[in-house]
Amino acid sequence: MSSPLLSLEGLGLELRVDGSYRSVIHQVDLTVGRGEAVGLVGESGSGKSLTARSVLRLLPPGARLRGDIRFDGMPVPQSGSSALRTFRSTEIAMIFQDPRAHINPVRSIGDFLTEGLVTTRGLPRRQAEAKVVALLQEVGVADAARRMRQHPHELSGGLLQRVMIAAALAAEPKLLLADEPTTALDVTTQAEVMAIIDEARAERGLAMLFITHDLELAAAVCDRIAVMYAGSVVEDLPAGALHDRSAHPYTRALLASRPSIGERGGSLRAIPGRPLSAFEVGAGCAFAPRCSRAQETCRTQRPSLSPAGKGSAACLFPGSEAPSV
Amino acid sequence: MSTYQIAGALRGGRRRVAVADPVMTAAGCVVALVVLVALLAPLIAPYDPNAVDPAAVYAGPSGAHWLGTDDTGRDILSRLIHGARPSLIAPAAVVLLATAAGTTLAIAAAWAGGWVDRVISGVLDVIFGFPGLIMAVVAATIFGPGLLVPVLAMSIAYVPLIARVLRNSALKERNLPYIAALQLLGTPTWRIWLRHLLPNLLPIVTVQATVGFGYALLDIAAISFIGLGAQPPQAEWGLMVSSGYPGILSGQAGQVLYSGITIVVIVIAFNLLGSGLSRKLLGEGL
Repeated sequence: MSSPLLSLEGLGLELRVDGSYRSVIHQVDLTVGRGEAVGLVGESGSGKSLTARSVLRLLPPGARLRGDIRFDGMPVPQSGSSALRTFRSTEIAMIFQDPRAHINPVRSIGDFLTEGLVTTRGLPRRQAEAKVVALLQEVGVADAARRMRQHPHELSGGLLQRVMIAAALAAEPKLLLADEPTTALDVTTQAEVMAIIDEARAERGLAMLFITHDLELAAAVCDRIAVMYAGSVVEDLPAGALHDRSAHPYTRALLASRPSIGERGGSLRAIPGRPLSAFEVGAGCAFAPRCSRAQETCRTQRPSLSPAGKGSAACLFPGSEAPSV
Repeated sequence: MSTYQIAGALRGGRRRVAVADPVMTAAGCVVALVVLVALLAPLIAPYDPNAVDPAAVYAGPSGAHWLGTDDTGRDILSRLIHGARPSLIAPAAVVLLATAAGTTLAIAAAWAGGWVDRVISGVLDVIFGFPGLIMAVVAATIFGPGLLVPVLAMSIAYVPLIARVLRNSALKERNLPYIAALQLLGTPTWRIWLRHLLPNLLPIVTVQATVGFGYALLDIAAISFIGLGAQPPQAEWGLMVSSGYPGILSGQAGQVLYSGITIVVIVIAFNLLGSGLSRKLLGEGL
């Protein structure tokens, strides 16, 4: 196999906040192979959504991006260029967390779905509509023709998310960026939507970068998991190895802090301290202040991703034994 | 009840809410009436607005001349009716030009952000510092009187009125996630502006333009009043106020009174219509 479909190397991002720059992503190294599903897991503010947005250069004005982003071996086009527009509309599709906010409320569902096909592919309207109706049926929207004439406020959240997925598939992309696609939905709808994404992916051989804070969900639908903490990827490992072979203390602490159906009783082990924002991170390991295994060197020396366990971890003292919290 | 039916009921409900604002309705009727009068001026005016009648100088109100005649015996009512055309077209032109430029600048500033936004906003602030009337007077003294020059000058002066309010709304709208989603679909920027941003900003544009129209009408009338706008013998309201002025000294206040009242009523009507629209479209008073 040649180069991976998507590779991020040394990705860093600074945003302007009140006139000064704040670092929101320190160090993200990540690859997504063809047809592979990678879960990017982290808590709120760890930079996972911005990582996805960086790939598409969908960033607020004045953002400073470092590092190397390659798609299909080629660097992602510069912002403002028409090449970027083509890139966004043909290579990668994004599914957002809140579908209601991501569809113009004054335009019909049909308008939204055909927008890309008509404007960038130059497909005749009729043809675009036929294609989109077929896609809506595929993602389980009954009565697709009528839905096309409706407006976003007339559809439920789950239905709108299906519309969003149909819009993503309409572009025939190679990579799906799913930014917490089920967080805004209730649990039963979540499962349906995940199943739809899974099926569509399998049928088309689509790669996916799945962003979520749900470690278990990511492990269930992805081939590989990348864990982010305070703006850096701290561990990258096969999904199957998550429970038994994770090497980074943060990943292990996260797993320990979750309830599971199997073990009953006992209190959950919370991670002490509070999550750091990326810009607060000092010289050493971002997790050191909360880590039970932290040594003196952890506070002065920042680890980078290196092989550990079945994947790689950014930790000076990786291990697979359970941390004693 | 399906989602569809509920949505339908909601829509019906919103329509039902959208009735009964008596003040706005009255203001709207006045505006509609005056526009109708302007359109039909030659058909409904009893006399030629420029026909002098030496036999009926300063005639009082009568069956023949409802509002009397002026210093050369011209029918005041006919002059008011014909005067509606320049008196409305000039501010309409001001508002149209200012709205077009202001909307474009506001969206451009909100879209690009950074130094583009700072330059546009800065220039708008400077223009905002000059009253439209002063700019029109200066322009008319440089380029000569007539309606065209003051209209162009005031169009520039009115740009901030539209653009400053709109920039904030455009900025809010531009940062809504659906815009990002459209960009990802590959929608060209011009298309996002025209088909998505603009329709969502239209309520604010409408309100600002309506209120601006009232101000512009008053300003244009003032320009004509001081002799830099419409020129005699054209029938124009502001000019009628000033040319009727000497008559007051000889007890003939009719022309000043009627043209003055016309201006005031219509400006107030536009203001009330504007604030009514604001309540209705934006859910907030002006």
